[in-house]
Amino acid sequence: MSADPFAASAPSATEPAAGSKPDRRIADMAGPSALPRKNGELVFESAWAARMFGMTVALNEAQRFHWNQFRDRLIEEIATAERAGVDSTYYTRWFAAFERLLADTGLVSAAELEARAAEFECGHRDDVF
Amino acid sequence: MSGHHDDDHHHHAEPEHPLSVRVRALESLLVEKGLLSSDVVDRVVSLYEKDIGPHNGARVVARAWVDPAYKQRLLADGSEAIEELGFGGVDLKVVENTPTVHNLVACTLCSCYPHALIGLPPTWYKSFEYRSRVVIEPRAVLRDFGLSLPESVDVRVWDSSAELRYMVLPLRPPGTEGMSEAELAKLVTRDAMIGVAVVQPPATPASVR
Repeated sequence: MSADPFAASAPSATEPAAGSKPDRRIADMAGPSALPRKNGELVFESAWAARMFGMTVALNEAQRFHWNQFRDRLIEEIATAERAGVDSTYYTRWFAAFERLLADTGLVSAAELEARAAEFECGHRDDVF
Repeated sequence: MSGHHDDDHHHHAEPEHPLSVRVRALESLLVEKGLLSSDVVDRVVSLYEKDIGPHNGARVVARAWVDPAYKQRLLADGSEAIEELGFGGVDLKVVENTPTVHNLVACTLCSCYPHALIGLPPTWYKSFEYRSRVVIEPRAVLRDFGLSLPESVDVRVWDSSAELRYMVLPLRPPGTEGMSEAELAKLVTRDAMIGVAVVQPPATPASVR
């Protein structure tokens, strides 16, 4: 496993704000990567979108990656989908960015995810979260 | 519980989204690897669901109600004062409602809005009707929102721009003397911080006087 090149620039692990209030860099993302909201409140298109959002933010909080690493990929996925005229949702694009980041950082490989997803699909697994 | 591999073991009837399976697979892997716990994911989701949007502005308002020195700083330099509470990224001017002055915020050109404090603007805020009428006949606009102000109250309209956003510091309602800052924050609505409403007293007064 490669050393985390972002560890040095990541906020201190003891930062008291971590976890007790939203990270403004995430909550206030602007432009195309801005979180979908209604009346100021976050809108998750479905339960899986909320879980995935939570996982992404939690891993960032645990300093497994730097938020910019995720945001850059999210912006790329949005741009790619829009250029190709793909009518996908915001969190579908988020998933693509998250999946790619997990593979790039070595946290979860594409093969691992395929295998685990297949286990869920054939009912060999039924973890409830 | 059927034990089948199709959708009937979930808590909802609609067909499962293809990504739903993959997201569950991811969570299962990440938990197994000890990279995160499902409790943390729960906490993050509820934290972001609850604490973003109008809530931030409400905290600023409640602080100003209970702390006169903070209120002074807020009115003198909104941007700096909200940074004290961990909010920022916006050039902010806070305008105070008094018994004789009622403030109302609009953006006549587009839809500039202090979203870091009060979330994304409501649809009507961006409507041409609101943007144009609010300057010409603010009292009529307020009446449409169900707010009739006596003629003795001076209505002031503030036009937000890309450079400077406005937020209203509403009047603290009567009957809230015994309330904590956190309780007060819950009373403050988005519309009151735009100025199309006033903050209502709590349904059950916190203290009987």
